[in-house]
Amino acid sequence: MLRENQRRFKFDWITIILFLLLVGFGYVNILSASHDGEVTSYFNMSELYGKQLVFIGLTFVIILLILSLEAKFYERFSSIIYLVAILSLVGLFIFGKDVNGARSWYGIGSMTIQPSEFAKFATALAVAKYISDIQTNMKTLKDQIRVAAIIFIPALLILLQNDAGSTIVYLAFFFVFYREGLQQIYLIVVISLILLAVLSLKFGILATTVVALIALTVRYFFRKKKRASKLQYILVLFIAVGFAYGVKLFYEHGLQTHQQNRISLWLRLEKDPVKLEQMRKAEAYNLIQSEEAISSGGLTGKGFFEGTRTTGKFVPEQETDYIFSTVGEEWGFLGSSAVVLLFVFLIIRILYLAEAQKSQFSRVYGYGVASILFVHFTINIGMVMGLIPTVGIPLPFFSYGGSGLWGFTILLFIFIKLDSNKINEW
Amino acid sequence: MRKLLLLTTVILVGLVFIARLFYLQVYGGYDYNIFEDTAIKPEYTYPKRGYVYDRNGKLLVANQPSYDVMVIPREVEPLDSLELVEFCNLLKITKEDYDKKLERAKNYSPRLPSPFVPQLSKSDYAVLQEKMRKYTGFYIQKRSLRSYQTTIGANVLGDIGEVNRSIIEKQPYYKLGDLIGKQGVEKTYEETLRGIKGIKFIQKDRFNKNIGPYKEGKFDTLPKPGKDITITIDSQLQAYGELLMTNKRGGIVAIEPSSGEILAMVSGPSYNPNLLVGRDRSKNFNKLYRDSIAKPLFDRGLQAMYPPGSPFKTLNALIALQEGVVSTEDRFSCNMGYRYGNRKMGCHAHKSPVNMNIGIYESCNAYFANVYRRIMDKYDSPAEGMDNWSKHIKSFGLGDYLNNDLSVGQPGKVPTAATYDRGYGKNKWYTTFTISNAIGQGEVLATPIQLANMAAAIGNRGYYYTPHIIKNIEGDTIPLKFTTPKYTTIDKKHFEPVVQGMHDVYNKGTAKNLKVNGIDICGKTGTAENFAIIDSIKTQLTDHSIFVAFAPKDNPKIAIAVFIENGYFGSRFAGRMASLMIEYYLRGEITRKDMESFVLRYSLEHEYRKPYSGEPFGINRQTTLEAISEEEYENLLNLKAEIPKS
Repeated sequence: MLRENQRRFKFDWITIILFLLLVGFGYVNILSASHDGEVTSYFNMSELYGKQLVFIGLTFVIILLILSLEAKFYERFSSIIYLVAILSLVGLFIFGKDVNGARSWYGIGSMTIQPSEFAKFATALAVAKYISDIQTNMKTLKDQIRVAAIIFIPALLILLQNDAGSTIVYLAFFFVFYREGLQQIYLIVVISLILLAVLSLKFGILATTVVALIALTVRYFFRKKKRASKLQYILVLFIAVGFAYGVKLFYEHGLQTHQQNRISLWLRLEKDPVKLEQMRKAEAYNLIQSEEAISSGGLTGKGFFEGTRTTGKFVPEQETDYIFSTVGEEWGFLGSSAVVLLFVFLIIRILYLAEAQKSQFSRVYGYGVASILFVHFTINIGMVMGLIPTVGIPLPFFSYGGSGLWGFTILLFIFIKLDSNKINEW
Repeated sequence: MRKLLLLTTVILVGLVFIARLFYLQVYGGYDYNIFEDTAIKPEYTYPKRGYVYDRNGKLLVANQPSYDVMVIPREVEPLDSLELVEFCNLLKITKEDYDKKLERAKNYSPRLPSPFVPQLSKSDYAVLQEKMRKYTGFYIQKRSLRSYQTTIGANVLGDIGEVNRSIIEKQPYYKLGDLIGKQGVEKTYEETLRGIKGIKFIQKDRFNKNIGPYKEGKFDTLPKPGKDITITIDSQLQAYGELLMTNKRGGIVAIEPSSGEILAMVSGPSYNPNLLVGRDRSKNFNKLYRDSIAKPLFDRGLQAMYPPGSPFKTLNALIALQEGVVSTEDRFSCNMGYRYGNRKMGCHAHKSPVNMNIGIYESCNAYFANVYRRIMDKYDSPAEGMDNWSKHIKSFGLGDYLNNDLSVGQPGKVPTAATYDRGYGKNKWYTTFTISNAIGQGEVLATPIQLANMAAAIGNRGYYYTPHIIKNIEGDTIPLKFTTPKYTTIDKKHFEPVVQGMHDVYNKGTAKNLKVNGIDICGKTGTAENFAIIDSIKTQLTDHSIFVAFAPKDNPKIAIAVFIENGYFGSRFAGRMASLMIEYYLRGEITRKDMESFVLRYSLEHEYRKPYSGEPFGINRQTTLEAISEEEYENLLNLKAEIPKS
């Protein structure tokens, strides 16, 4: 008995409490966003809030299952879990069903399952497994390519299912790779590419070229070692300009119109008032409604069940991707900031725990968990508040949906399990 | 270092998010206003506007339903050309009107309702109602318009019209398309009459569909009906006064001295109050407003300031008695006028010397010039004398707004020492400079209502009640200021000789031809010189005819001032009209048919054309009377017969 108790106390209760707070508050907001007038029964299965309550109930079953398994199980079976996840993604092309133009669901009776939500933890396990192998050296190109392939396969499959949002999440693993030894130059390249892309779209190729030229010239004259020749700098400049040009071309010809418009709205590229008006009714509609709903919450919000725009269902997809607008309207600045802080604390807590792991597998996996949560949190809330272009991905633990909730729960609790086992590591 | 990348990024993103939330929710100053919330639509129920009754309980103003087509521009869905033609036909507007009106509404606010086509007729409404749901973004708002039960008293009753934007900015109670009292009692008793509209807040979904009351109707209010009011006007007397004013310009104000209640308030020319109801209101209003010659919207009883002329002499007599500078029997000689220095103030032929009684009924200028000098000379300096005199005059309600409940008014003018100090320099003027004040010319200006009030104060022997138009408010009391007497600076005992003098005006003076058997009327004639600028030359026009009176002599029931523009001497039009009004009010019928037929038969329109016709004209003695046709005259008599008895 005594040993049993000691084991239980090794779970990181801070993480678990943060998790419970997020799920609980998420449910409250789903209730608000999905109720139609009176709530007759919280278990009304024809309503979204009723279903979500069942999903939450099942979540605890899943948690118990995960925690009861041997910690070593996850490391040992990570490859198999990864394979199963990949197969389930492939299977979508045959058995999947289309929802909103994305072929990312399995239909089982009236239930639907979205395998991409489960592919995240599977990929995180596989990445952790590969990197923690004694023979892997992240500084070598060979291992870099192999580990990139691990994330590239599910990402590609999801992209082919026309779910661009979920694909972007796999970029989260960059943080993991960087932590595990990826060279500095990659970080510089990534940041430079992002800057180049934004610059070329917003200000055009000429301005981008000028900025790149100035940056490289400064760098050339202040370089510490005279290793690189002038020629190499010029080559880099050409690549940069070529990339900027490519981004522009891709934006104009490679993207679908609605994707193009989302970026155009974000960077405020469109100046024609007629077209802007059209966009306000199409691509920008959700965003405008969501921003207005959040703004109307004020400091303290309108109160639970009192949000006028939420009640009027002014924000489309408010239970799922736009759930944060309900928080904004009904709980105001105080409530929304609290949610932001809960996420920040949760991610920092996971990072802290990851760094404290003795096994590299646990650390890498923990980092993967933190990175995935971080990307979801940033993209979702950033989108709902109009800070980044519209990308449809859920807010972890908050958004309505069983697959998403379970996917994130498994992701998180495998780490909690691994963490609880750290005293047994050497 | 590598450990810190994600950590710092997380913290950074958290801070950016909180900053953004702060910007949107707190810094943005988002002040929640339920009227601005797209998800909530307020629906108004307009209460019944209070009715207006005359002093005898006759209904003057009631209501009729009206239907406005309202638009919320951002909810409007483009109509195809066929639908558009149909919609325009239903509304009786052109396609250009449609675009223009929609644009105007959008400019005001894309989110808030604006009136699109106001005040549809009942039949237009019936046709439109069935098809309304086809036109998204448009709806019909029911309101109540005025229904005048009479054709008289436009200047008294006033009208209601749509609020303008500057009113909305100052008084948020009003929303675009609401109606508000614009003139007359509709304006002064707006808040009493209008009641308070009821609001229902409706929760809308994003398809603009009603999904029920907002917060179970927690903020909803029921409309509070407006209160009925009874005004002091005697509609029969008012109608008679307006009839007498036909073809003339001027004002009549009749007051009940024992209460200050305004019995009649006529301004000529007048118009039918029904012109300012419904869809044609703005068209008709503009027509009246633009008539810069006859100025029908200018209430001559309240707004026209003229030199009061001879009636003002009665006040100088009262002041002289109060100051003890003359006795009633002090006599002054008059040889066709009063000479001072090398100047002369003319007078007409009458016996001389004159005492106060003769002075009043003969309206002797020389007598009052002497009296005025004595009032002034009682003090060491003309300035002191002037200020003392001014104080007495002002105690009769002259020289300032009466602080009444009428929507318009003018203060008139009573000079003080400061007035002359400004004109001549301090202490550089003498009593002779201001001698015209003795006979009501000079620097004195008064409105007919002020003169009527002056007559009431004399009739009351020393006090008056602020003239007012409200008699009774349903379930409320009228303001105390209207039921508290205001005392003049003259002692009661000094009034009798002056009242007697005014009585003798009728017995043997300037109004002896206006006598009505069986009624003791006290009155005073007056004329006022007036000028117009014609082709940039200051030209004298025919005098204004002025008369003030009260009757009966003791415990008067009516005090009246009549003012007729270019009516020439006082008894000619104003005096006759005053006598007729008094008889009509006290007796309910007219025995002096000769006076009535004179007033009705003769028009002054030819006088009013003079300055504009370009033909040369003379003044006063060269005036002729212009009779209206026999047919028109018959018509007027018929109108008189049709005046409803109250």
